[in-house]
Amino acid sequence: MHMADALLSPTVGGAVWAVSAGGIAWCSARLRRESDDRQAPLMGVLGAFLFAAQMVNFTIPGTGSSGHLAGGLLLAILLGPPAAFLTVASVLMVQALFFADGGLLALGCNIFNLGFIPAFVVFPLVYRRFIGHAPGRFRQLTVTMTASVIAMQLGAFAVVLETVASGVSSFPFSRFLLLMQPIHLAIGLVEGAVTVAVVSFVRKARPELLQQAIGVPAVAERSRASICAFFLAVSVITAGGLSSLASEQPDGLEWSVAKVAGAAELEGARQGVHALLAAMQEKSAWFPDYSFDSAKPPVDPPRSPAAAGGAAASGTAVSGLVGTMLTLFLVFSAGWLLKKGSRATVAPEG
Amino acid sequence: MASINQALLDLKRLDQLAAGGTVLHRLDPRAKVLATLVFIVSVVSFGRYELSALIPFLFFPACLIALGELPAGYLVAKVALVCPLAVAVGMFNPFFDRSVMAHLGPLDITGGWISFASIVLRTALTVGAALTLTALTGFPAICNALERLGMPRAFAMQLLFLYRYLFVLTEEGVRAARARELRSFGKTGDGLNSYASLLGHLLLRTWQRAERMHMAMLARGFSGVLPGRDCSRFGAPELAFLLLWSALCVMLRLNNAPRLLGALVTGQLP
Repeated sequence: MHMADALLSPTVGGAVWAVSAGGIAWCSARLRRESDDRQAPLMGVLGAFLFAAQMVNFTIPGTGSSGHLAGGLLLAILLGPPAAFLTVASVLMVQALFFADGGLLALGCNIFNLGFIPAFVVFPLVYRRFIGHAPGRFRQLTVTMTASVIAMQLGAFAVVLETVASGVSSFPFSRFLLLMQPIHLAIGLVEGAVTVAVVSFVRKARPELLQQAIGVPAVAERSRASICAFFLAVSVITAGGLSSLASEQPDGLEWSVAKVAGAAELEGARQGVHALLAAMQEKSAWFPDYSFDSAKPPVDPPRSPAAAGGAAASGTAVSGLVGTMLTLFLVFSAGWLLKKGSRATVAPEG
Repeated sequence: MASINQALLDLKRLDQLAAGGTVLHRLDPRAKVLATLVFIVSVVSFGRYELSALIPFLFFPACLIALGELPAGYLVAKVALVCPLAVAVGMFNPFFDRSVMAHLGPLDITGGWISFASIVLRTALTVGAALTLTALTGFPAICNALERLGMPRAFAMQLLFLYRYLFVLTEEGVRAARARELRSFGKTGDGLNSYASLLGHLLLRTWQRAERMHMAMLARGFSGVLPGRDCSRFGAPELAFLLLWSALCVMLRLNNAPRLLGALVTGQLP
């Protein structure tokens, strides 16, 4: 479920980061305005609780596998959307820094998928709308289950959209969708079962905790829904606008296809930014247009273009390979030398 | 259960690495955060079939690990374990993308394999950079840096609270899980029912702890702001560090260094 840096393009990652950062700023401002300073330690400790809860597993009957809690919806039920969003965002940040789940660029996507969607889309539009004030067992079960499943499905759908829009993976959209959605249907059901169980435990033990979040006045709800719609619109526009902007230029794909395939130069890449970059590259390159036979005089009898291309390609491939090996060697030896050097300088002191 | 304890120890070890006293540890955290961001954006901005140009980017984590005296083996093992999604999704690339892109003797290499290798390498680079940043800087200092770079104060406070109670509550959760495991025999007793009440009790205890903490904080004059140390400043070493790495990243982004190097060598030794 965690999105990863390696699957993201900077455009998509940056656009979703902008939305998540906007969400964090808005929620922070809102909590500040409410100025309930009991909230701060509560949110912090509940974030830590999510970690603790994720360390405990339970056995799913009949399958032998085990599941645990993700917790976005549970926190929204306990704390209300803004506090839940901030708490989930902070948990994801710790995961990104300590466990390297995803990465720092993908953190924006993860905050959106696992925090924004449950707290600002599913909780107000599904859970709070249908749960009512004194729900019976059946209603509680069905509404919480449905909300969890919808949250997971939307989250998985967002992962698919972000991955496909980035274009690093070559998974076709429909197949990726068919793979992701059923898996997350199962995960959503497990998550729903856990959320139902914990919420009904709290409802029995300390019902007043649940009233705080549900009993938010209706006016706030409307403004929250409009802001949620605003953020969605912004994200769609930014993502769509920016990526169409990005794809107007000959982008990484065609460019690197040409490089890997060994075609000498692309015609279209001779204008604009690419021309500038190419000029810089030509100046800084020691061996522009290198290949094995570049040292020969150009008055050679003209060969067939295919053969020439093939020779150039193999030349490029070999020099790329050799250079890669050399670079790797340099990286490791630099690391080794630096380490050795710093030890040598430390040793006399100790 | 062993794996949970292992994860906890792992977390503590990474946290303790930040207590080192090398030059890199003493730099202002803002410089390290910004340099890491420049590095990550440079790495992910490559096209999907790029492989060789990504290799020189290993310089960044390698230099930081060496100069920061971090345990390289531990960090490499951590990098190797993570990011299941990236590798799982990348693994399908060779099946969907079968256009032949390069020849290595009689072997045809398809675009899918190249892009899969590229994804694995990107994962290693970005994850390695994030872990190195954590190990060199420490979580509270990163929060401090982000706050001084414009992150809202409420969120910074949330992160600091989370960090302070992370270890306490995780240990409590591990103890509860161990107690339940000792009491459940075979496969009975570790189902959803006991799980829910265990989690529920943990939640209620957590909530009560938060109330006690709040009272204790009020008794000590909490004014809504956690006192932090803002003593580090962004001076010449920080500027030099940031400029050096940014320039290197941009240069490596614009030039395929391994290919240039290879051309130099193969060109001179025909």
